[in-house]
Amino acid sequence: MQILYFAWVRERIGLPREEVETSAATVSDLINELRAREARYDMAFADTSALRVALDQELSEFDASLKGVREVAFFPPMTGG
Amino acid sequence: MIRVQAMPFDPGGELNTFTASVAGAGAVVSFTGLVRDVSGGLTSMEIEHYPGMTEKALGAIRAEAMQRWDLAGALIVHRFGVLEAEEMIMMVATASCHRKDAFEAAEFLMDYLKSRAPFWKREVTRDGADWVASKTEDEDALKRW
Repeated sequence: MQILYFAWVRERIGLPREEVETSAATVSDLINELRAREARYDMAFADTSALRVALDQELSEFDASLKGVREVAFFPPMTGG
Repeated sequence: MIRVQAMPFDPGGELNTFTASVAGAGAVVSFTGLVRDVSGGLTSMEIEHYPGMTEKALGAIRAEAMQRWDLAGALIVHRFGVLEAEEMIMMVATASCHRKDAFEAAEFLMDYLKSRAPFWKREVTRDGADWVASKTEDEDALKRW
C-alpha cells in the first residue's frame, strides 16, 4: 500500500510517500501500526482530530475499511483558496 | 474547466476567454484570490497540493455547482508552488442567465475549495515559516449550502 504525507505531516515524518506492507483493516488500525514504529510517526499521529485522510484520493474517515485501497494519504485540514 | 498550475495566470485574459466560451449567458461573476501579507513580514507563500486528488476534488466541486445552479459554465484556476505577496493564487468564474445563480455558485465554489480541495498554504516570513491553520469559520461556511 502506498502511503502519502502532506504539509506538516510530511515534515514530521520526514518523507512524502512510502510503500508499506500492512494487514490493517481500517485507517485507525494503520495509524496504530505506524505509531508503534518510531517516535516521529507517534508524534505526527498523536492528535488525529488535527488530521484528515484520503483513500484512493477521496476524503474518508478514520474508521473506514482499507479493503482494496491502494493509496492512503494523511494531511492537515486543507487551506486552499 | 479546471486548471491547476505553477505558472502565474492573467485573470483578465482568463475572464475574456471564459466569457467568450459561454455566449448567450447574461451574467458572469468572477473572484480572484491574492496572497495577503497579514503579518507585514511575508516574504513568500508556498502552496503544496496533492496531484491527482486536487484535480478530482476540484472537478467534483465544479460538477456539484453545475448541478445545483443553472450555469452556462464554471472555471476554476488554482496555483501551487512559491508565490510572492500580491500574486494571484486562484480564480473562479461562473456564468448564468441571471446574476443570482452566478453569484451563489461562485461563493459555493470558493467555500468548498477552501476546505475540500487538497491545498496547504505555508507562509514564509522574516521570522520563519509556518503552515497556515484552517479556520473554524471556513468549515462552518459549508453548512449554509
